[in-house]
Amino acid sequence: MAELIIMILVFGLSIIIGYFLISRVPSLLHTPLMSMTNAISAIIIIGAILVFSQRTTIFVDILGAVAIIAATFNVVGGFKITDRMLKMFKGDGRS
Amino acid sequence: MQFRLDLLFDLAIILVLFLGIQKFRKPKSARKGNLTAATALSAAIILLFLWNDIVKLHVVFVALLIGATLGWIVSARINMLQIPAMVGLQNGAGGMASFLVSFIELSRYSDSITGVVKFSGMTSLIIGAATLSGSLIASGKLANKIKQTPVIWPKHNWIFGAFVVLIIITASFTLNKTSTSLIVAAIILVVLSIGLGVVFSIRVGGADMPVLISFLNSTTGLAAAFCGVIVGNRLLIACGATVAASGSILTHVMCKAMNRNLLNIFVGFEAKSEYDWTEVLADESKALSESADERSVAQSGEPPDPFEKAAKITQNAESIIFVPGYGMALAQAQFLVNKISRYLEKQDKQVRFAIHPVAGRMPGHMNVLLAEAEIPYEKLFDMKYINSDFKDTDLAIVIGASDVVNPAAKKAKGTPISGMPILNAHEAKNVIVCNLDERPGYSGVRNSLYKNKNAILLFGDAKETLKKLFVHISGNEKILE
Repeated sequence: MAELIIMILVFGLSIIIGYFLISRVPSLLHTPLMSMTNAISAIIIIGAILVFSQRTTIFVDILGAVAIIAATFNVVGGFKITDRMLKMFKGDGRS
Repeated sequence: MQFRLDLLFDLAIILVLFLGIQKFRKPKSARKGNLTAATALSAAIILLFLWNDIVKLHVVFVALLIGATLGWIVSARINMLQIPAMVGLQNGAGGMASFLVSFIELSRYSDSITGVVKFSGMTSLIIGAATLSGSLIASGKLANKIKQTPVIWPKHNWIFGAFVVLIIITASFTLNKTSTSLIVAAIILVVLSIGLGVVFSIRVGGADMPVLISFLNSTTGLAAAFCGVIVGNRLLIACGATVAASGSILTHVMCKAMNRNLLNIFVGFEAKSEYDWTEVLADESKALSESADERSVAQSGEPPDPFEKAAKITQNAESIIFVPGYGMALAQAQFLVNKISRYLEKQDKQVRFAIHPVAGRMPGHMNVLLAEAEIPYEKLFDMKYINSDFKDTDLAIVIGASDVVNPAAKKAKGTPISGMPILNAHEAKNVIVCNLDERPGYSGVRNSLYKNKNAILLFGDAKETLKKLFVHISGNEKILE
């Protein structure tokens, strides 16, 4: 029960804090923001790896491996492409 | 004690992640913010390996390697025009990972799982699978692999409703089932949800894509958060919830920028409102032929070269605002626009760019496209900051944008863009329009800006038009070399 309450608390707090943080992001950076949050939601990789913390069947091996591939694709691809985009945002050096 | 240490590390990781997002407030620090977030995520993964015994390490590592390689190669190769399709694909990949993990956990504990945990697992399964298929459709549309226009089947809303009802029935039937029947029900749910995603996404198209992609971004986060409950991992919940919040904000911003509500876009409740398409189309073709007649008459009288005229106006203008649209990006004219803007600046003119929130194919897309062309971000202004300046501006140069500068949005009633906030380019003393042709934008509404007396229309491929204009402005044939 305590675990459940913590989970609900974590969920609620994250939504609230996330809301305040993200509403401050200027529209200039909305595309990089979205591609970065995609990388963040790939935290599901943790769940996918934890699948293998117990004995598995071949069937689970395959599904789990596909999940890991998809999540890693997002982590690496998401952060890298965000970096590529942000690298291009240059000021005119006056400010 | 172990439990508390766990909690502490999770908290630290989440805080670092928030710090990363916080750095996104300014373009200068955003790159560091991205790196910070990446560090937090890597730390979470490394800690995971330290704390848990992974049984089949070789499977995990091979999968990690494949995923990382794919991600690296794809993200290094794609260009900025393809970013929305890539983000769509990632939304789908995230949804897929969530529903696979939920499915594995549901089937593994099919005998003992109950209550909230089971409910969360099912929710993650449904949202994840629907996000996967919906995102693949969206990504396909954005990559031009499938038709971009909305596809509306007969009784579309009924089909959509039927899927929703079937999913709810199956899910509630599943809640008091165990073992094999739970697994079977979960498989049926996945199939139904994949169908739901397709029905949902296929009807959205054209100018509504930024809304769809933002919405799917938030459902990816939601699926991850619910999956976190069944896995029992706080980090997953926290990150998923944050992403869900982010996606929702962007969805809201996009809806507001088009003056439409979510229900209208996704379910199309108002789609068959007073707006009569046939009438508009007939009206449009009539008007087109009329204006063509007018122009030919005007040209036969005294043939002023529109480029000469446009160049003269540009030379005399002291303040200039560029209005870029997706058409500019399609013509890959942004690099030339950068050259022209820098040339004009050297002539001591004030040069700025006005960005409509829905310009491009996803939130903020236009800014990225212009940044790629090395236009300094200080010159890019959001609609709400620059719109009141148009009336004091000598010249607005519209490049490949139609709907977002169409004054009809303010006057006409019942059109898809009625009430949509527009960039007031028509208020500038002069307007140069470099669009492909006279045809309306995605909304299908004729652009009344083209009839303005102060508008000079230079139709054709934006890149070619701008080249010609640049030569005329500078008076130097070799300026482009």
